[in-house]
Amino acid sequence: MKPPPFEYFCPTGLNEAVELLAAHENSKVLAGGQSLMAMLNLRYLFPDVLVDINRIDELAGIAVASGAARIGAMTRQRVIETNGEIARVAPIFREALKLVGHRQTRNRGTIGGSLCHLDPAAELATLALLHDAVVEIAGRDGGRRRLGIHDFIAGFMMPNIEMHEIVVAIEVPLWSAGHGYAFHEFARRHGDFAIASAACLLEKDGGGAISRISIALGGVGSVPQRLSAAEEFLLGKRGEPGNLASALEFCAGLELIGDFHGSAEYRLSVVRSMLRKSLELALARAGRRDT
Amino acid sequence: MRTHLIEMKVNGKACSGEAVARTTLADFLRHTLHLTGTHVGCEHGVCGACTVLVDGVSTRGCLMLAVQANGARVETVEGLASAEGVLHPLQQAFRDQHGLQCGFCTPGMLITLKELLAENPDPTEDEVRDAISGNICRCTGYQSIVAAALQAAKELRRSGSAP
Repeated sequence: MKPPPFEYFCPTGLNEAVELLAAHENSKVLAGGQSLMAMLNLRYLFPDVLVDINRIDELAGIAVASGAARIGAMTRQRVIETNGEIARVAPIFREALKLVGHRQTRNRGTIGGSLCHLDPAAELATLALLHDAVVEIAGRDGGRRRLGIHDFIAGFMMPNIEMHEIVVAIEVPLWSAGHGYAFHEFARRHGDFAIASAACLLEKDGGGAISRISIALGGVGSVPQRLSAAEEFLLGKRGEPGNLASALEFCAGLELIGDFHGSAEYRLSVVRSMLRKSLELALARAGRRDT
Repeated sequence: MRTHLIEMKVNGKACSGEAVARTTLADFLRHTLHLTGTHVGCEHGVCGACTVLVDGVSTRGCLMLAVQANGARVETVEGLASAEGVLHPLQQAFRDQHGLQCGFCTPGMLITLKELLAENPDPTEDEVRDAISGNICRCTGYQSIVAAALQAAKELRRSGSAP
């Protein structure tokens, strides 16, 4: 179908965009449009006003500093995927982004748009949770606030932002050089929404024991979820097969949803497989400097 | 509903037209500029038939508003063949390898492959398949499309011309 009628504004300044959102009821931010446009075409949404933020230059860009990468909200997914600095300091982004939609949608789709749409299967939301990312949000009168991703994710497709606020950037804390990483997901076809995905980061100490680990799972519940119990269990272990098998058992504590793509039981089975693969690959990669 | 004046360079030629904001780029190309080579299939970004290049990068024409492309450089399937009607190496390869049957997906396939070959002149079969993973074809089973892409890549490398 075609989108329903709406008024369209295309501000070039961030404050102007925030004021437009505040001034118009039932307004929506148009970022990359790769979810919003589809929802408009399907007539899931009837906004009166769209505020296009594609021409606000300050919202796009990648800056890698020691300790954290700052990715502007309007940075295209394809730009992050092909960015050499990100590939060096956070290689899991490239691995996961190859699974996000298709080349044509990654050329337009943005990291901020993905986080605000907050599909439970979204790879970028899962990565943000995996890294304990911080979301920078602009409000009225030049106001800014910073929100940890755990607080940003309020519920099913519901980010914790006001109607007039705009996500400005995502700050991703970096792991040490040579950290292990892996992102696995299963979808019926390449680029489809994942039935389940598993992301893992880990570091080993000099003796080969896991000294730091993060696990985030997408697609299985109403929001991406951390598997904190498994993280705690695996700390200090070396990733022996028995310990990995025990870690998978913590998946039973996940919040699961079933829909026509797969039942809750099926998703649990798939997410266990994805997690096993990601743990094994992250363990194999940890300490290797060539990744 | 307010109309917007939209100006863009399509296949090297300056074009303009008026449209309401909700007009997608694909519909603007087809209905306002009468460039019907770009096809519209699913209208929610899944089938890839409406793929065009916007400022050099492949874009779903159904997931972008025409007004957003104001000032942009747009390339469509109509821009592939020369003015004299000589087929682009990709089009010639599709013809040689039977890369189409009904032809509905073909404009999106060609445009997507043009972008791929511009950044990777010597792709593997896997890379071709990955590039066209967002373009659905219900006729060919993709074999002949992949063969055509590889033939076109070879021809472009041989002739040393840009895709």
